[in-house]
Amino acid sequence: MPEFVMPDLAPVMPEIVMTILALVTLIADIIFKRKETLAILSIASVVLVFFVLFGTPFKTTFNGMFIADGYSLFFKLIFLLNVVLTVLISMRYLVIERVNFGEYYSLILFATLGMMLMASAGDLIVLYLGLELMALSTYILAGFITYDMKSNEAAMKYFLLGAFASAFLLYGISMIYGLTGTTDLNAISEYIILNGLTANPVVMLSMILFAVAFSFKIAAVPFHMWAPDAYEGAPTSVTAFMSVGPKAAGFAVLGRVFLIAFGSVRMDWSAVLIPIAILTMGVGNIVALSQTNIKRMLAYSSIAHAGYALLGIIAGTGEGLASVMNYLLIYAFMNIGAFAVIIMLRTEGFKGDTITDYEGLAKSHPLAAALMLVFMFSLTGIPPTAGFMGKLYIFMSAVYAGYTWLVVVAVIFSAISAYFYLRIVMYMYMREPKESVSLAATPALGIALAITAAAVIIIGVLPSAVVSFARAAVAGF
Amino acid sequence: MLPKLFFGYYAVVIIVLSLLVVTRKNPVHSVMWMLLLFFHIAGLYLFLNAEFIAAIQIIVYAGAILVLFLFVVLLLNLREELLIERFIGTWPTALVISVSLLILVIRAIQDMALAPPGNHSVDAIQAETHTVALGKILYTDYLFPFEIASVVLLIAIIGALVLAKRKMRSPQ
Repeated sequence: MPEFVMPDLAPVMPEIVMTILALVTLIADIIFKRKETLAILSIASVVLVFFVLFGTPFKTTFNGMFIADGYSLFFKLIFLLNVVLTVLISMRYLVIERVNFGEYYSLILFATLGMMLMASAGDLIVLYLGLELMALSTYILAGFITYDMKSNEAAMKYFLLGAFASAFLLYGISMIYGLTGTTDLNAISEYIILNGLTANPVVMLSMILFAVAFSFKIAAVPFHMWAPDAYEGAPTSVTAFMSVGPKAAGFAVLGRVFLIAFGSVRMDWSAVLIPIAILTMGVGNIVALSQTNIKRMLAYSSIAHAGYALLGIIAGTGEGLASVMNYLLIYAFMNIGAFAVIIMLRTEGFKGDTITDYEGLAKSHPLAAALMLVFMFSLTGIPPTAGFMGKLYIFMSAVYAGYTWLVVVAVIFSAISAYFYLRIVMYMYMREPKESVSLAATPALGIALAITAAAVIIIGVLPSAVVSFARAAVAGF
Repeated sequence: MLPKLFFGYYAVVIIVLSLLVVTRKNPVHSVMWMLLLFFHIAGLYLFLNAEFIAAIQIIVYAGAILVLFLFVVLLLNLREELLIERFIGTWPTALVISVSLLILVIRAIQDMALAPPGNHSVDAIQAETHTVALGKILYTDYLFPFEIASVVLLIAIIGALVLAKRKMRSPQ
């Protein structure tokens, strides 16, 4: 007979505070006429959660369903950072797109709550519900410009394929539950080892189904089909949010499920992930070459970056995991930075999302062009930017794990990527402006650009602080 | 023998009905087949000693969700709908992939070694009744997922409001 015992709520405090503040933001929408107040409220909420997060003890609670550890803490920091930067770049943009509604901010907070639950999930049911919470909020955000057909299309495609991916995940969960009789990640691992099930085809099939579902979430090839359309049609600020948050959350659960629950079948899952990683880097980088829309190009770039990050998971070591976390943090800065510049070009009556719109930007707006140059260099992985350091650590961890040939492949694809990133730099600096482009610069956008550009350069020059933090975070894993 | 026959009937009929749902050209027919499908799924739950889930299946799916489906279908232009091809051109490829996945699953499932049963055996549930057992476990062991599910439902409501109500634009 199960008796109700009050669970230890201390480890879940950040999530509880986040839920309350998201609800407050939702209700504040009725009170405040100026939606900028809600933006400030949501940033304040995230800052509060940030402080609660550091006061949280590293413990598991709810019978091991929720794990608060260094690993989840690091990912939660990425998610909170993602919210702050996204809100900063959204404020003016929502007014220009004429969708300045308050639900936007609470949906962003709820999506982040889902990601935080995913990062801390010690049980497949919590993992699934966190994933659905994140995904459902993001589907709505993708279709937030309700009068725009492209935004509707983005939400529809993202929703249908996301639901399809969820079905794969549930199928995988049901098989592993039937086999082991538990949904707890540690218990699954123990059961598989104790009963000698490492060669059981059901474990393999379940693992493959998990790999498929998570590949959908991180937009890895061949499960990336939704990404270009969803990224192009969604409001640009949401694209920035989607390309960082859900992807990082996908990696968080990928790392925990594969290294813990399927830790005993590491050789098998790396055999599944290696082709996925190669295809992801290949298709992402090669298809990006022919794009004319910058959001679509960054969508393929985001696919390619998921491929590089997969290398760290394939390495399967603590060092590999730390390098993935480090990379995702750096990716958050450089990618949202690039999207901040794109949003700046969007003014009333001017879309500013084709690559030719950047022609001669250096002449008319030298500062914006210089910032874009930094972000493009970082996405390519040219020193002394953070993107270089991120790739370096990932590749090093893969080499140490014995995947030198895979790193060679990754470096070749990385070299290909230079073409489409640097093409934008070439357009900005070496072409004459065709039409005068005005910028929708606001203080908030300025702050976002300052944070991202500073972080990209500082982490690029002095990476040791972030790297040692990531290493310490996986130490208790 | 009898339970196997019972299960076999439901399994085969559920597959046939699912195929009918996706292949019918007329959406009203699809919805009607789906109604029958939901009743059969409820029957399967009942057969597994899960009378509460069976009742919920009828009330929520067959009752509420299907009526909603019918409303949506009635808003469609049926004449136009009947002229549209049911499947897109690449369906043979999809069929090949699905069938190979099915074969893979069947091959893998043959090595399924079921885990030892947990605390909630058939006898325990019969003594306690299914609803009581489910209610207790939802508010004790599975309290945390239960609370997350409530937030997920809240998001669904917000989403319906945001996407359906707001066709207007905010002032500049």
